[in-house]
Amino acid sequence: MTSSTHLVYLIALPLFSSALLLLLGRIADKWGHYVATAVSATTFLIGLSEFFAMRSREGAARSSVQTLFNWISVGSFKVDAALLLDQLSICFVLLITGVGTLIHIYSIAYMSHDRDRRRFFAYLNLFVAAMLLLVLGNSYLNLYVGWEGVGLASYLLIGFWNERPAYAVAAKKAFVANRVGDIGLSLAIMIAFAQFGSVSFDGVKAGVPHASTAALTALGAMILLAATGKSAQFPLQSWLGDAMAGPTPVSALIHAATMVTAGVYLITRSNFIFDASPTARVLVVIVGAITLLFGAIVGTAKDDIKKALAASTMSQIGYMILATGLGPIGYAFAIMHLLTHGFFKASMFLGAGSVMHGMNDEVNMRKYGALRKAMPITAATFGLGYLAIIGVPPFAGFYSKDKIIETAFNAGGAKGWLLGGAALLGAAITAFYMTRVFILTFTGKSRWDDEAHPHESPSLMWIPMVVLSIGSVASGFLFNSGNALVNWLAPVVNSANFHSEKELMKPIVVSLLALAVVVLGAGYAFLKYRADVPVVAPEKVSLFTKAARRDLGQDDLNDLLLVRPGQALTTALVKTDENVIDGTVRGIAWLVQYLSYSSKKIQNGYVRSYALIMALGALALVATIWVVTL
Amino acid sequence: MDISNYLYLSAILFTIGAVGVTIRRNAIVVFMCVELMLNACNLAFVTFSRLHGTLDGQVASFFTMVVAACEVVVGLAIIVTMYRSRRSASVDDASLLKR
Repeated sequence: MTSSTHLVYLIALPLFSSALLLLLGRIADKWGHYVATAVSATTFLIGLSEFFAMRSREGAARSSVQTLFNWISVGSFKVDAALLLDQLSICFVLLITGVGTLIHIYSIAYMSHDRDRRRFFAYLNLFVAAMLLLVLGNSYLNLYVGWEGVGLASYLLIGFWNERPAYAVAAKKAFVANRVGDIGLSLAIMIAFAQFGSVSFDGVKAGVPHASTAALTALGAMILLAATGKSAQFPLQSWLGDAMAGPTPVSALIHAATMVTAGVYLITRSNFIFDASPTARVLVVIVGAITLLFGAIVGTAKDDIKKALAASTMSQIGYMILATGLGPIGYAFAIMHLLTHGFFKASMFLGAGSVMHGMNDEVNMRKYGALRKAMPITAATFGLGYLAIIGVPPFAGFYSKDKIIETAFNAGGAKGWLLGGAALLGAAITAFYMTRVFILTFTGKSRWDDEAHPHESPSLMWIPMVVLSIGSVASGFLFNSGNALVNWLAPVVNSANFHSEKELMKPIVVSLLALAVVVLGAGYAFLKYRADVPVVAPEKVSLFTKAARRDLGQDDLNDLLLVRPGQALTTALVKTDENVIDGTVRGIAWLVQYLSYSSKKIQNGYVRSYALIMALGALALVATIWVVTL
Repeated sequence: MDISNYLYLSAILFTIGAVGVTIRRNAIVVFMCVELMLNACNLAFVTFSRLHGTLDGQVASFFTMVVAACEVVVGLAIIVTMYRSRRSASVDDASLLKR
């Protein structure tokens, strides 16, 4: 382990710039976005130099630690605010700062007409700082601070245009759903402290062999709950679709490439817990498999381009979560898919943003069509991202998704067939809905509104898209050549010495199968949407489509199970407050008032009645004395 | 003569005084009733002094007389002033302090 002195700048720089932009106010309106972008680029350069420094070191010396200060010291409980940069976190640092910088650049143009652009960039920097803290913290408690920070940044950015009530509600919904997950993380921290007396990754890892299975399963389940909240996994997935209310760069950075993958990071970071608890792993794969199908099915029916992409994000993260539940090699493949997904999904989201930019913020794909000619660069970059996500070789998604499907089949037995089948089915549906998105948007006949004048976006916007699409072409091959990423991550997730003994199918068979289903899905979509597409979504559709349009009833279910009982409870509590608690207070006040009104009548101003009362009082006194002495 | 008769007389006088204070409206009469009550007390003091054969009660009655004399001076001055200002000596008319 090497000690480092400049990891803190990764977090401090964007945090400082965020505070600067927020505190300076309108003064910084003219140049604030340049500062934010420069800071983000600087963190990327620091990340790169750290990466090369790490590569030049060998073995255990590769991970570096910087202890900032003693944060908590209560009795035997000690937590340092310390940063840990190892093979796993450097992947995230490069993804966050790299994609983050590209999106900063993109946003300069995308948000140029917004009068609050400076505030937007301040929040973006805040997000980068919090996300870096999340992946650099060396203990669950440090991670938790970043975890809450990205939640805050996400909330602020989803509700960036909070003058529209629906957007403010979407922000609130995301925050509440995230809070549910956060409870899981805080419980996990408490369990870790109670069991191991430590909340640092090293401390927990050291304690795992001595812990009981029940404790490890509880810990794993709580960590999974945290991951489902942040990564929009079943059953806490409902916020992600609404989170598309935020500006598109936010959707690309936070709700596609980085923040929503924090759950995958958390599970991968906690690999020693999940390795020791088969039950927790089963829960993880169940959540992953359900979500990857759920998201894919919802994606087939969405006409809003951003919501279709959001459903796709949910589904792809489902793949990652599934992979993390499949043992040591699965972590590496999850991270590989996470990184390639970061490229192609960000590229497609930025493409969607570029389309919206040229189409007066229209998001309904039924009003697009034939944009290929008006926006050639956007169509090309989006197309590359599209080929990557459906898994056409040699694009990035092919390598990463194939590995996950293969690993799922290798889980062995009925479990292997079930998980592998789900992953294959997901791949087919992915091919279907992504082809649908591409055809509806870029090919066919134009179905634009009369006032729409689509045009290619400025270079500040298409350059990041091009860079990201290069990533979505090449990254999969790079990560996979010579098992580069698997070997790189091996010291953290223990993935190198892994051999599958229960191989159901040879890798080449799995690849061919996956390709076959992709061709099926894409071909079906091509046949279905080749002809004219109605501008207004048809009403007479199958029950299946109706269900998918309603997000498979996720909001109805939440409404029924949580919102209405919650509202009934709060109404009852308000009534109790008004009638019982306030009633008691008001009753006492009324009593005092009544007593004073009635006793006021004694004071009538007539001397004789005072005299009489005095005489009676004296009489009573004498009588009392007489009785007492009797 | 039985000494208790003095005490009965004292009690009757006190009662007349007390009733007078509570039912009469003329300030002068109320004032005289107060004097009557004070003198009823004096009678009781003197009676007990005689009964016990000590001078304590007689001394106390002297004090009462002094206080009563002072009270007469102040009280009459108030009543006269009141009468001058409102041409009435009714105690019920002087009920302005109730508000």
